[in-house]
Amino acid sequence: MKSFTYERAATPAEAAAAAARTPGSRFIAGGTNLLDLMKLQIETPAHLIDVNRVGLNRIEETREGGLRIGALVRNTDLASDKRVRRDYGVLSRALLSGASGQLRNKATTAGNLLQRTRCPYFYDTTKPCNKRRPGSGCAALGGFNRNLAIMGTSEQCIATHPSDMAVAMRALDATVETVRPDGSTRTFPIAEFHRLPGDTPHIDTNLAPGELITAVTLPKPVRGYQTYRKVRDRASYAFALISVAAVIPKRGAGRLAFGGLAHKPWRVEAAERRMGDAREVAATVLAGARTTPQNAFKVPLVERTLAQVFGEAKA
Amino acid sequence: MGGALDVSRRGVIGGGAAAVAAAGIGGDEAEGQTPEPAVLMPVSMTVNGRPVSLRIDPRTSLLDALREHLKLTGSKKGCDHGQCGACTVLVGGRRINSCLSLAVMHEGDEVTTIEGLGTPEKLHPMQAAFVKHDAYQCGYCTPGQICSAVGVLREIAAGVPSHVAGDLDDRPRVSVDEMRERMSGNICRCGAYSNIIDAMTEVSRA
Ligand SMILES: Cc1cc2nc3c(=O)[nH]c(=O)nc-3n(C[C@H](O)[C@H](O)[C@H](O)COP(=O)(O)OP(=O)(O)OC[C@H]3O[C@@H](n4cnc5c(N)ncnc54)[C@H](O)[C@@H]3O)c2cc1C
Ligand code: SF4
Ligand code: FES
Ligand code: FES
Repeated sequence: MKSFTYERAATPAEAAAAAARTPGSRFIAGGTNLLDLMKLQIETPAHLIDVNRVGLNRIEETREGGLRIGALVRNTDLASDKRVRRDYGVLSRALLSGASGQLRNKATTAGNLLQRTRCPYFYDTTKPCNKRRPGSGCAALGGFNRNLAIMGTSEQCIATHPSDMAVAMRALDATVETVRPDGSTRTFPIAEFHRLPGDTPHIDTNLAPGELITAVTLPKPVRGYQTYRKVRDRASYAFALISVAAVIPKRGAGRLAFGGLAHKPWRVEAAERRMGDAREVAATVLAGARTTPQNAFKVPLVERTLAQVFGEAKA
Repeated sequence: MGGALDVSRRGVIGGGAAAVAAAGIGGDEAEGQTPEPAVLMPVSMTVNGRPVSLRIDPRTSLLDALREHLKLTGSKKGCDHGQCGACTVLVGGRRINSCLSLAVMHEGDEVTTIEGLGTPEKLHPMQAAFVKHDAYQCGYCTPGQICSAVGVLREIAAGVPSHVAGDLDDRPRVSVDEMRERMSGNICRCGAYSNIIDAMTEVSRA
């Protein structure tokens, strides 16, 4: 690990100001992704700003009837919250399908959104990777790409975003709140938070350098059967091959967002008018898919998983 | 409390600095690379009920601080990347992977390792149950398994749901399915899984 200096911030404003003051700095929350990558020298921050003591660890009801989740709320606590279990089951389920109990006890809401891809070549510093080293090439294109993206890819990168939580938040139309180093605040609809790789796969999100996430807000609950279905190589403690976050009302349009397909949670609203028809929905969601021989299995897997989820909702 | 933590404050500080100089940090610096000079930082925490103060390189993981600086070698390093659970300890009563946490992030925290759960003379019920049910072979994963198992039963009692919950609103109950799911972050190369579940089941009934 490269050496770095370290400080503890006491307030969100202090953390953002510290980021502006110190070039090459990064926030550290649970540390479960950042430290993993720092040990491999994939991330090499010169300065760490520990945000674990800035507050932002509460879940509050909003005037609009939704929930405001502090950036530092741990994944375990978010999944366990009574209101989340009752009104946003898809989010609780997505969180509980991710990582392990130990990791969820540390992982935070903001850190989970900002976790980096699990593409094997991003992790292998002996291989070219445009996300890790812009312009170096993409070893995944001609390599082991079974679990990489089929939607929204580019010639530069076919990585997926690995978060389960983010997929549920996309289905729920969450909003990400931030504070910038100059103290100004802004919000992003979750749809505009993560980016597609395009020509700049090294940039995962639309956050500016030094911009601190303060909260994620959920709008008031949507009615319907809620579930998160994650298909993976083992029954627990594995990343998704594909996943579906679903809110399925008795009648009418629902919500569907997908993990394991793209560089961001994937959602095609037009498909949500055909709830119940797995074939139609899958065809609309996967229009324009670009597969490799290794990951083409994701296309039928999406349809079959939808068929199962729609079946459960009816039962 | 055994003798393992029987070090004076001065001894801890001296030993800490020496261990940094001798052992390097993180382990996987490329060969031939000159180690960068470390700026040491103070951190104080309570480990197994005793206050400790260290001056350490901020790169030091909680796991390395426990093992190399405090000589509490019960917690094991399997992968050093959050994938195996051998390093599981309890912080503020909650289980975490000590390999993916910096020691300096634990200022003021209460850390419990396998050495603090019980002593050879007075085992923690989970330790005793692991012995009784032969819940290990080589034993390398065992300290992490035991700390995790203690954390799991607390989480179930506190109403934390799991991936295998039928209805999220129901209070979770101890069952084989629940324990298997919740223990999935602890890998056992020897495959002692079924005996681990037996040990946990016994403790949960006590
Ligand atoms: C073995 C293993 C298995 C896993 N399996 C899964 C899985 O199945 N599904 C899944 O979804 N995830 C999985 N994860 C990933 C895990 O969910 C993430 O590591 C975790 O959510 C990251 O949160 P953190 O708080 O620890 O982030 P950190 O590591 O602290 O930070 C991550 C990034 O976020 C930035 N950051 C943190 N907080 C803020 C803030 N408030 N504002 C701005 N930037 C911030 C940091 O600078 C850093 O770049 C797994 C991880 C491991 C190690
Ligand atoms: S897919 Fe993206 S992350 Fe993976 S090697 Fe190619 S550029 Fe790197
Ligand atoms: S050593 Fe920490 S999880 Fe493997
Ligand atoms: S007892 Fe050998 S690894 Fe678990």
